[in-house]
Amino acid sequence: MINLAGRDILHAWGRFVFTGIGLGLLIGVTLSMAGIYRGMVDDGKALLGNSGADLWVVQKDTLGPYAESSSLKDDVYRSVLGMPGVARAANVAYLSMQVRHGEADVRVMLVGFEAGQPGEPGYLVAGRHITRNHYEAVADVKTGFRVGERVRVRRHDYTVVGLTRRMVSSGGDPMLFVPLKDAQEVQFLKDNDAILNERARTAANPQLNRPGVPGLLESIQASQASSHSVNAVLVQVQSGADPEEVAAGIRRWKHLQAFTRVQMEDIVVAKLIATSARQIALFLVILAVVSAAIVAFIIYTMTLGKIREIAVLKLIGTRNRTIAGMILQQALGLGLIGFVVGKTVATLWAPVFPKYVLLEPGDALRGFVIVMLICALASTLAIRAALRVDPATAIGG
Amino acid sequence: MQEFGIRIEGLRKRYGEGDTAVDALKDVNMTVAPGEVVGLIGPSGSGKSTLLKCLGAVIEPTAGRMTLGDELIFDNAWKTRDLRALRRDRIGFVFQAPYLIPFLDVTDNVALLPMLAGKPNALARQRAAELLAALDVSHRAAARPSQLSGGEQQRVAIARALANQPPVILADEPTAPLDSERALGVMRILNDMARQYRTAIIVVTHDEKIIPTFKRIYHIRDGCTFEEAGEGRTL
Ligand SMILES: Nc1ncnc2c1ncn2[C@@H]1O[C@H](COP(=O)(O)OP(=O)(O)OP(=O)(O)O)[C@@H](O)[C@H]1O
Ligand SMILES: [Mg+2]
Repeated sequence: MINLAGRDILHAWGRFVFTGIGLGLLIGVTLSMAGIYRGMVDDGKALLGNSGADLWVVQKDTLGPYAESSSLKDDVYRSVLGMPGVARAANVAYLSMQVRHGEADVRVMLVGFEAGQPGEPGYLVAGRHITRNHYEAVADVKTGFRVGERVRVRRHDYTVVGLTRRMVSSGGDPMLFVPLKDAQEVQFLKDNDAILNERARTAANPQLNRPGVPGLLESIQASQASSHSVNAVLVQVQSGADPEEVAAGIRRWKHLQAFTRVQMEDIVVAKLIATSARQIALFLVILAVVSAAIVAFIIYTMTLGKIREIAVLKLIGTRNRTIAGMILQQALGLGLIGFVVGKTVATLWAPVFPKYVLLEPGDALRGFVIVMLICALASTLAIRAALRVDPATAIGG
Repeated sequence: MQEFGIRIEGLRKRYGEGDTAVDALKDVNMTVAPGEVVGLIGPSGSGKSTLLKCLGAVIEPTAGRMTLGDELIFDNAWKTRDLRALRRDRIGFVFQAPYLIPFLDVTDNVALLPMLAGKPNALARQRAAELLAALDVSHRAAARPSQLSGGEQQRVAIARALANQPPVILADEPTAPLDSERALGVMRILNDMARQYRTAIIVVTHDEKIIPTFKRIYHIRDGCTFEEAGEGRTL
């Protein structure tokens, strides 16, 4: 027996292929959407994984430092260090901002860290780690900076001395690492006018500017102009210690919030991107419905165009099963072309996306199965129409 | 040997029920010998298509008997459950338009029937090649139906009707779109094939050009048949 579906496809291949390409672009968009979601999850996991922390200690009653803002005094880490089970603890400061790169603005997450402590950039793809206490930076390659370039952050120029990769915020912004002190200054320091203003205001306050107490005014002004806040303390626990126990201790005795890796993942992956995930899920459902409608419509019209032939085929003794199989195979063929096109374009255009698009083979496989199911389902409409064709119509009136 | 190609006795067909019932066939009696080509002529609405559909096993007659080849297929009810196989193996159809399958080449259009009957592809194509040669369209065997002339298409359609060597061919206005020369050509082919393959052929027609070619003609009027001798002009 010859394959009727295959012959029909070969006969009308132009129409078939173009339809398949159209469907493929739609499938490509679908796969990309799934990839964007996976990328968001992966960004979140990379953020947590690359920080090298077991615990995040943040301001009480906040979900900081990534999902909510959190502010701690920068001496808190010392008391955390004293807790049982804590091996290392270090301050970090995070700040989302725009920096200029050539003509364009780059959105980055400025990270202030202490050299050699949790929170420092992982491995470098170029250059070296920060060795000076000020005005050196390590940038994620996605920022577009190169080693040796200078980047202006607020009032100071920083020299990019090293490059790292896959260091992004949970929002997918590439990171720019600078020494903690610099980051604190950037984050909490006021501009010159504001400082002058503040000084004048303090000096004008008779309670603070007391003739009888020399040095009081200066020390108050100094404290106003410097910052001792950070956003979080990253903690590594001693090997063998249970992170949850250590976190419980910190919560109980230090009146701070402490999150374990698992809890942090829940915050960053589940809570922070929950809305985006639902958005994407809904979008995927809509795309699936649209694809199904398109396949159903196309297979249906293709079948209606063959009613005469189907009547003749039935008259000369073709089984219903053969005819249904022919339509089903065509729908699956369309799905196959669509999937191959979709997977190809999704792979081709993934790097062009500004945010990380992670195309997982598992998603592709699931996508393939779903496409095939949708096509099979969509063909039922056409199959029903074909089975209803009366062979008597071939003989005519 | 089989006695009859086609034998129809007291066939009746009523469409619908009650007030709206139409008695399309009231008393149809026909015999066609193997190798014989008979004409079926009647005015519009007389029941020609209805008769073909009954014989073609696509609608069920109300009463009567029909025998195709050596098999009684209808005796007030179908004698077989598998009408699809009956059509495939025992009846060839030729229509006014050729109704070839556009996505199959000429050979496969003919070979499809033996394939549907379970013959291996090679054997089916060999059979198709023989028939196409007999009908003088071998040179177009690899072409698509759309690339053929009307006459060639009609010959391919006849080859298809013969493909499973059915005892019966039902032809519905097979010459209507053809000019007089081509119409007579088709009739010659049908007569040759009938003789060669011992097929009983009924040709439904209005076509004045071909009516003189029949040796016997059945007239149908108001659902009743009357036999008449034809001129039987040699082709
Ligand atoms: N499906 C049907 N339901 C009800 N009545 C029908 C149906 N098909 C045909 N008829 C009626 O049966 C009668 C015979 O119709 P039929 O189609 O057999 O005529 P015909 O001889 O083929 O006519 P024509 O030469 O115009 O094709 C007509 O009166 C027609 O209206
Ligand atoms: Mg008719």
